[in-house]
Amino acid sequence: MTNKGLSRRLFTQSLGIVVASFVLAPGVVLGQAPGALPFSLRNNRRLEGWIRLEPDETVTVFTGKAELGQGILTALAQIAAEELDVELDKIHMVSADTSSGPDEQYTFGSQSVEQSGGAIRAASAQARGALLAAAAARFGVRPEDLQARAGVIVVPDGKRATYWEVASTDSDLLKGDITAAAAPKKPSDYSIVGKSIHRIDLPGKLTGAASYVQDMRLPGMIFARVVRPPRYGAKLVSLDEAAVRSLPGVVTVVRDGNFLAVAAKREEQAIAARNALASAARWSEDAIPLPDIADLLGELKKLRAETIVAGSAGQSEPVPDQGKRVSAEYTRSYLSHASIGPSCAVAWLKDGHMTVWSHTQGAFPLRGDLAKVLRMQSDHVDVIHMPGAGCYGHNGADDVALDAALVARAVAGAPVKLQWMRDDEFAWAPFGPGMTMKVEAALAPDGKIVDWSYDVWSNSHAMRPGQAGGVNLLAAWDLRTPFVKSPPPHIPQPFGDGDRNAVPFYELPKKEIRNHLLLDAPVRNGSFRTLGAHGNIYAIESFMDELAATAGLDPLAFRLAHLRDPRAQAVLQTAADKAGWMPGQKSDGRHGRGLAFCRYKSIGMYGAVVVDVEIDRKTGVIKVPRVVIAADIGLVVNPDGAVNQLEGGIVQAVSLTLKEQVSFDRHEITSRDWSGYPILTFPDVPSIEVVLMQRSDPSLGAGEGSLPPTSAALANAFAHATGRRLRELPMTPERVKTLLS
Amino acid sequence: MTHRIFVNGQPHQVDAAPDTPLLYVLRNDLGLNGPKFGCGLGQCGACAAIVGGRLTRTCSIALRDVGEDKVTTLEGLGTLEKPHPLQKSFIDEQAAQCAYCSNGMIMAAKALLDSNPDPSEEDIKDALVEQLCRCGVHNRVVRAVRRAAEELAR
Repeated sequence: MTNKGLSRRLFTQSLGIVVASFVLAPGVVLGQAPGALPFSLRNNRRLEGWIRLEPDETVTVFTGKAELGQGILTALAQIAAEELDVELDKIHMVSADTSSGPDEQYTFGSQSVEQSGGAIRAASAQARGALLAAAAARFGVRPEDLQARAGVIVVPDGKRATYWEVASTDSDLLKGDITAAAAPKKPSDYSIVGKSIHRIDLPGKLTGAASYVQDMRLPGMIFARVVRPPRYGAKLVSLDEAAVRSLPGVVTVVRDGNFLAVAAKREEQAIAARNALASAARWSEDAIPLPDIADLLGELKKLRAETIVAGSAGQSEPVPDQGKRVSAEYTRSYLSHASIGPSCAVAWLKDGHMTVWSHTQGAFPLRGDLAKVLRMQSDHVDVIHMPGAGCYGHNGADDVALDAALVARAVAGAPVKLQWMRDDEFAWAPFGPGMTMKVEAALAPDGKIVDWSYDVWSNSHAMRPGQAGGVNLLAAWDLRTPFVKSPPPHIPQPFGDGDRNAVPFYELPKKEIRNHLLLDAPVRNGSFRTLGAHGNIYAIESFMDELAATAGLDPLAFRLAHLRDPRAQAVLQTAADKAGWMPGQKSDGRHGRGLAFCRYKSIGMYGAVVVDVEIDRKTGVIKVPRVVIAADIGLVVNPDGAVNQLEGGIVQAVSLTLKEQVSFDRHEITSRDWSGYPILTFPDVPSIEVVLMQRSDPSLGAGEGSLPPTSAALANAFAHATGRRLRELPMTPERVKTLLS
Repeated sequence: MTHRIFVNGQPHQVDAAPDTPLLYVLRNDLGLNGPKFGCGLGQCGACAAIVGGRLTRTCSIALRDVGEDKVTTLEGLGTLEKPHPLQKSFIDEQAAQCAYCSNGMIMAAKALLDSNPDPSEEDIKDALVEQLCRCGVHNRVVRAVRRAAEELAR
């Protein structure tokens, strides 16, 4: 066993995870995958790359997706146990790991149940079929005469054999390409999928088991911290290294261009040395001019942009001359991931091999970019996923992985744990970009929308490692020989980027939707939960209410009249019924109720949300006592897990809508701790009621779809309560007071 | 410099500077995982433990100030095999997503139940107001604390 394998084993043993010494056969030429094959199987065809029976009568299931706190490993284990007919506690999940397991690229976009779940379902069905066929041959019966339950195959005459006994006679039985020929079970036959199984990882996390990358302890491990420039663009002018090197415990100071880090024997020594290093560094006055956050509406439009038509219909039709034209502009602030635990990684350069443990969303893409920056062969670099604090998109996980690797390279042989401090996280992790949206529409006398024009201005929300044309890792841009940032990619609809969900799901005979992808990126931009969908649905659904008011129609009826998809209509009606929606209900100036709809990514989950608000007109404080959501996520693998995700999205959306904005002056990020970036706290969290629609259609993902309609419904509830509309997020007390005064 | 501290019912000798925040002693010298680094500023509560009977931000208390006070961490409440009623109720209510803040939630709830064995929902929310959660499991946490209170009253 290699040292790398040993290190992994040492650590994973303490977590009770089965160690995977297995590697995908290198150089295997993959056959042309048929179109019907689940997405994640197309480049990961081998059955043994997904499922392995272990000698201790357990099953190891490999996924390329990562546990981000969303419970995906539990849901995937349920799918495997279901299709294999094995007890759930026999399944051991192994998460994204470039040294063993399938390459499923990123864990993002609420696609893990669909992609990895689809692959594991097909792999499990094939494995079960192969086991039954082998047992049939062994007992001289037909496979269809056999029954499988809890890993035991039973013959009509009463003979039995476990899966492991059957597999032990033929080491090649569960090897080979997955063809997806084996029919998976019918949803009506499910006994594990569809159940609210408790998360498999929570008992350990709630009793103090080593569970996170932050909890890793390797022999001889040292601790590191970084010192970043005070602002974008500043360059390191001088550094008094000697003062820092002589501090207690300091092992090394790493300086490469504008990249600065320090490592020490003890963690508190590393932190003290980091503070000293920050004082010992002199930075140039260089700065990148930042937009005026008090006027995002005007500022974003001033940046250089590339305009892309995201959707168009009926443009050759004449513009209707009768009817009313209405227009409005909306903005949303820059948003922080604001994860409770700052980003962290452990890196170890040993015998020419770099191993990095990371809470990245994309172990394989990160490996590629790390190898580029470290100028190593990518097969000399491995990235192994370990959980971190909550992940809501492209946070600092990848950046800190490079930081740790750069320090590990300087102290070859010693494992290095590097965690960002709170201000590193708030100032340097990528932000969800600020957005400006402009909508204009024409209403016919019958209350139908006859023309729709939409513009969104935003930086790219997709600047992850692994993208072509550069390297998207923070430290890479600071090195003496720097790497360039990858240019923003072009992500077509329906996924989109800043234009995710910019094309309304409503039936609109004449429409044009333009995405102004901003090319100047003064503030570091990246993927935050739902990308542009949050801003676009906020604008579209706010505007739908404004149109309904112009037409003198109830917001629910107005939406239903523009929807043809029965699943969309069903969630709206269900949410309205559950909330006790009353058309034409008048407000007393303080209480209001709002509604919004979103089909996430236009192909994902359907969600309709009703939000109640109470406004204190004197203080400008908006309270949200109650939120109701109806969600259609197709087949539900774990109902309570899905409800937890939907609830979490609602709480986060209320927080974004009422409180959150990254603050900066014209040169520097100024929100660097929790007092500068407040989030929703216990007394302000609404009661939440979730209705899951009962469907057996393919799973649609539940991780993100509740956020956008919650923000929009909250904005609509405020307008209903006050009769005035606030078109800027967040809806802070100051903005509310100004609007109502 | 050597210090003697009492953690989870056991005395420990620790060789660290007197101004070392307790958090790093618990995590790195004692190998405990419950208390988490969240902000180092006493703002988020992820590092909470009970010190001398009081809910304490371990990132913001120096080793020298702990003195003879008894320290209880998440590990001191219960184990995987024998979880404390609070740990069990957090599992039963699935009151976590990433669970990084859960240590602070459970320790703050423990401090609350020690002084108020029958808290209302409002009491619980007030007691947890300075414990930050980003995944949005607040309502589940409140239910879990109520459930543990009922369990402990039996």
